Amino acid sequence: MNLRALAALVAVPLIAVPLAAQVTTERILHAEREPGNWLTYSGNYQGHRYSPLDQINTTNVARLKPVWAYQINDPGQFETSPLVVDGILYISEPPSNATALDARTGRPLWMYSRPIPPDVRVCCGQVNRGLAISGDTLYLGTVDAHLIALDARTGHVRWDVVVADYTTGHAITAAPLVVKEKVIMGISGGEYGIRGFLDAYDSATGKRAWRFWTVPGPTEPGHETWAGDSWKTGGAPTWVTGSYDPELNLLYWGTGNPGPDYNGAPREGDNLYANSLLAIDPDTGKLKWHFQFTPHDVHDWDANHVPVLADATVRGKTRKVVAVANRNSFFYLLDRATGEFLLGTPFAKQTWTTGLDDRGRPVLLEGKSPSLKGTMVYPGLHGGTNWFSPSYSTPTGLFYVAAREEATSFYLGVPEYHPGNFFSAGGYRGIPGLEPWGAVRALDLATGKQVWEFPLHSPPWSGLLATAGGLVFGGTNEGHFFALDAASGRPLWRFPTGGPVQSNPVSFVSNGKQLVAVAAGHALFVFGE
Amino acid sequence: MARCVRRFNIQACVVQSASHMRYLAILLGVSLACAAQTQPELDAGRKLFQTHCTVCHGPQGDGGKGTNLAQPHLPRATDDQALASIITFGIPGTEMPRTRMTQQQLASVIAYVRSLGVVPAEPLHGDAQRGEQIYRGKGNCAQCHALHGRGGTLGPELTDVGARRGPGYLRESLTDPEAAIPDSFTSYQKITLLPDNFLQVRVVTADGRHHTGARVNEDAFSIQIRNTAGHVDSFFKEELKELHKDWGKSPMPSYREALSAIELEDVVAYLASLRGDR
Repeated sequence: MNLRALAALVAVPLIAVPLAAQVTTERILHAEREPGNWLTYSGNYQGHRYSPLDQINTTNVARLKPVWAYQINDPGQFETSPLVVDGILYISEPPSNATALDARTGRPLWMYSRPIPPDVRVCCGQVNRGLAISGDTLYLGTVDAHLIALDARTGHVRWDVVVADYTTGHAITAAPLVVKEKVIMGISGGEYGIRGFLDAYDSATGKRAWRFWTVPGPTEPGHETWAGDSWKTGGAPTWVTGSYDPELNLLYWGTGNPGPDYNGAPREGDNLYANSLLAIDPDTGKLKWHFQFTPHDVHDWDANHVPVLADATVRGKTRKVVAVANRNSFFYLLDRATGEFLLGTPFAKQTWTTGLDDRGRPVLLEGKSPSLKGTMVYPGLHGGTNWFSPSYSTPTGLFYVAAREEATSFYLGVPEYHPGNFFSAGGYRGIPGLEPWGAVRALDLATGKQVWEFPLHSPPWSGLLATAGGLVFGGTNEGHFFALDAASGRPLWRFPTGGPVQSNPVSFVSNGKQLVAVAAGHALFVFGE
Repeated sequence: MARCVRRFNIQACVVQSASHMRYLAILLGVSLACAAQTQPELDAGRKLFQTHCTVCHGPQGDGGKGTNLAQPHLPRATDDQALASIITFGIPGTEMPRTRMTQQQLASVIAYVRSLGVVPAEPLHGDAQRGEQIYRGKGNCAQCHALHGRGGTLGPELTDVGARRGPGYLRESLTDPEAAIPDSFTSYQKITLLPDNFLQVRVVTADGRHHTGARVNEDAFSIQIRNTAGHVDSFFKEELKELHKDWGKSPMPSYREALSAIELEDVVAYLASLRGDR
């Protein structure tokens, strides 16, 4: 390399780096062109949570060590997935705060701290899983069910809109997804008898562009799958960030359990669109197709997962597919243009079906519903997997999932709806003498067949990150952050963080060096060589 | 109150003494009568519990995602005022939500929660003082068990075992220890931090050394076990050739032959007297 070329290489970043982040849709659409950044929740619109970086790889990962750590300000569960834009990390902190961190040193650049009313209701902890960015505006959903736009340069509020009434159990824990000029925002509240929806807001003004009700009203198709007035408290929340296919111009978003969770008597029928994957036009909010994984769910098996979009050869034909490892312990492949069921196979132990029929509907076993005495079922309440992200590596064709091997007893309770109170109508407990466990599993995306597994001591709550360095990063409840060989599952590196890993890792570049970040316990840890 | 105690010979009524109820009434701004502990009210409390609480605390209240409520002393709810406050306002920073209830409902569910931790009254036939002598002497119980933080570490602390366990359970533990192994370990905790079931473990290291003991902690990569000398051995799993977990096994000997029937009853009476008091 001659000196002029070197000078150009050095000079270009100095000129090209803008004073503040300007994240255009174009940049997110081509996230693979700038692997040093992490511009959207899953790293790309396809939901891959895959880093094209290979500086850290199978030959040197053993030398990985902490570069910096950042301690959060509130003792709640820390589940963030950072965004990284041109040398700055943007993280959310519990309950609904946001912080910008210098990627090189971990020093905070600004903090946004939101006072939360004392009477908010969140079923499972006042958490937040991440932010979205468009231009130089960050978007944050809050546990009191607001959507907030922040100046990415300072953390100052640009606008603040009410998504729903938090006193009736609505809350936001998911990261928003920016698609073109809209901010797509999901809602939590499936344990409070909300009527679920997915919203889109104008990214500049905060004005709501559309709302898709995930429980159809009286004049809408699917309404007939709810008995009586049960649709009014039908649940089907949208609490995990979806994916987007720019070519088909379709959003893919999962929905959660119907309400009440465990007692299906008041809501006879399939209960559409609970426990489903929805394909929605992001411009209009119109439903293109749906696929229901668990009709008339009585085990709280939300289908709130990151859908993984890929091309795969299925039975000799190349298809545009969407892959989902579902809380009900089945791995599904659907045609993402039409919603056609292509295959479904268990990736974790299940005792509730004899399998799926040729349209993907579960063939139920008798006696697996909750009962007064308790009914033991695999998977348990928390499922064969849960909200944390899978990862997909196009080079290996492997879909990596953190799997949970845990049965629970399901109990029937009294369905009694009071606005703002828990509306589960039952409960669960573990099985005495049966120690649950977990595993990281690699599945052939095109067949769902397991290629390898790495066993974990307890059922995990951490997502996975595959990289071009031939690695899969993951975490344990007991506090390890680790790297496996993506081809074999062999453990290559680990670090005991001292706190449970309940988050999704990301990778990025700072000052020419690849780093890997993960939230564990009450700190964000950043590792590098 | 007397009628209440007579009809429901349970600790719930005793705990909910007049003074406690007065504090609760002050908190709620209402007057709660002893009638809150009648059987219909306990039934109402049970129904409310099943509607609002079982999802996390389990159908019997003995724990799930939420804490075990079927114990005599609730660390965060030392009195009914505190319990009422927790139900009404939740516990910030945890998954315990606030729940809207009428004052009457609140009183019912508190009465029911308190009843969960009550050990059924059973007649005791032994002499607690003689039982204590056996505990400290012939029985050699302190080698493995501790009282108020003093004693052995190979078995559970017994400081308040009489408040947690009935005489029948205690008797069975002495004569047939493996019938009474705690099975409520971490299976339904969201996050595993410390197993509490004294699981017996045998390991063989790569260089052929054998170690046994009770599991203190474990993760995907390592295990810590406490041996009979009280020493904690820590191993990375890659250092081990074999790792066996002896589910259902207890290192505790049966006292069926070692103690006479009368002596056994004396020890049961002593253990039943241990209620956490100094």
